[in-house]
Amino acid sequence: MHNFEFVKPGTVAEAAAALTGEEAQALGGGQTLLPTMKQRLAAPETLVSLNGIAEMKGVCSNDAGEICVGGGTPHAVVSRETASSYPALSKLAGMIGDPAVRNRGTIGGSLANNDPAACYPAGVLGSGATIVTNTREIAADDYFQGMFTTALEEGEILTEVRFPVPEKADWQKFLQPASRFSLVGVFVAKFADGVRVAVTGASEDGVFRWSEAEAALSADFSAGAIAGLSVPADGMISDLHGTGAYRASLVKTLTSRAVSGA
Amino acid sequence: MTSVTITVNGQSRSGDVEGRTLLSTFLRDQLTLTGTHVGCDTSQCGACVVHVDGEAVKACSVLAADVDGAEITTIEGMANADGSLGVIQQAFQDHHGLQCGFCTPGMVMSAAALLKENPKPTEAEVRHYLEGNICRCTGYHNIVKAIMAASGQDVAPPMAAE
Ligand SMILES: Cc1cc2nc3c(=O)[nH]c(=O)nc-3n(C[C@H](O)[C@H](O)[C@H](O)COP(=O)(O)OP(=O)(O)OC[C@H]3O[C@@H](n4cnc5c(N)ncnc54)[C@H](O)[C@@H]3O)c2cc1C
Ligand code: FES
Ligand code: FES
Repeated sequence: MHNFEFVKPGTVAEAAAALTGEEAQALGGGQTLLPTMKQRLAAPETLVSLNGIAEMKGVCSNDAGEICVGGGTPHAVVSRETASSYPALSKLAGMIGDPAVRNRGTIGGSLANNDPAACYPAGVLGSGATIVTNTREIAADDYFQGMFTTALEEGEILTEVRFPVPEKADWQKFLQPASRFSLVGVFVAKFADGVRVAVTGASEDGVFRWSEAEAALSADFSAGAIAGLSVPADGMISDLHGTGAYRASLVKTLTSRAVSGA
Repeated sequence: MTSVTITVNGQSRSGDVEGRTLLSTFLRDQLTLTGTHVGCDTSQCGACVVHVDGEAVKACSVLAADVDGAEITTIEGMANADGSLGVIQQAFQDHHGLQCGFCTPGMVMSAAALLKENPKPTEAEVRHYLEGNICRCTGYHNIVKAIMAASGQDVAPPMAAE
């Protein structure tokens, strides 16, 4: 790993100022960024740790009834704190990686990275959550812009995620045991005004909503409602872990399981 | 260089580190606490697990400067005050929970974190919790037995390769 200057500000404002510097990058839990830097695929000159910013940590609820998760909150804390308020989100966070990764990795880091097989993107898109940054609010539908690409600008800090709480929801992760990411993962959430189905790990364009299934499930929230649908294999990731056709088939199977599990 | 002060196994320890110095490097090379092993250095194997403020983390995936001021426990802190093996360590010995021993520090630290959170885990919970700890020797059965025994639960007699 190339050397860099390390800074650890105590507030979002100070971190934002530090990130305006040449070749400066934010450090969350480091569970993705540090391995990337060891491989020399990233070599920032300044690393701005967000781990000293108290205002970015923790889980609470707001007047609108949304669950607000600070951008610097580790997965283990999200899992623990949402166990009764949003069980499907708790389940998702509690199945990321392994215990040591969950103690360190943060929701902000996961969403900023937007790995095509990451878990949180599905939970966030499936919940229709709002991404809050140091400068603005971004709807989940506008935030994810393809593999490893998001609406975040250079130096923008993801400070909070606001989740509306659905009537029912479930997360189904088909584990890729070597990486412990999802081979495919599906998040289904039923709100009063409709159902959202978000899929990770499958598409070459990253996380997406399966709109046909959403329409069918909004009319009839049962596994049978999607029995006649199929997901095309075009544009699905094909690699040594599974073909595009296999992933397409998993999308439907996991959606059915999530509907039954919700 | 940044100056870092951490409490390791109850003792305050300081040193100057570069930005890129990993916690695992700081512990092993500067504090000569070589019990924390580095198996992969890519966050996969769990040999480097230590406790930072009571929580299991992979020391190879944390910067030393980022844990300035933290309380760290390493495998060296798991022995009893008189130097004899702690309960989990003794159970690993009694139940053949190690062969080459490379993964053992991380296994013991993960086991300690599990038992703190869940003092009487089921066998399935132990296996699930060890997801991030890889052992290439034992086949895991005796590690799981050792942890069950350390939690005060009955286990079948140790199984050794004949
Ligand atoms: C063994 C292992 C297994 C894993 N399994 C899974 C899994 O099953 N599912 C899954 O989803 N993930 C998994 N991960 C990834 C893990 O969830 C990471 O924690 C996550 O992807 C990155 O979060 P981080 O806080 O560590 O971010 P970092 O690694 O610190 O940063 C990642 C990127 O985000 C940027 N960044 C960080 N925080 C912010 C912020 N608040 N605002 C703006 N930018 C920010 C950084 O600059 C960097 O570009 C796994 C990782 C490992 C090592
Ligand atoms: S050395 Fe840290 S996880 Fe392998
Ligand atoms: S005992 Fe050799 S790696 Fe586990």
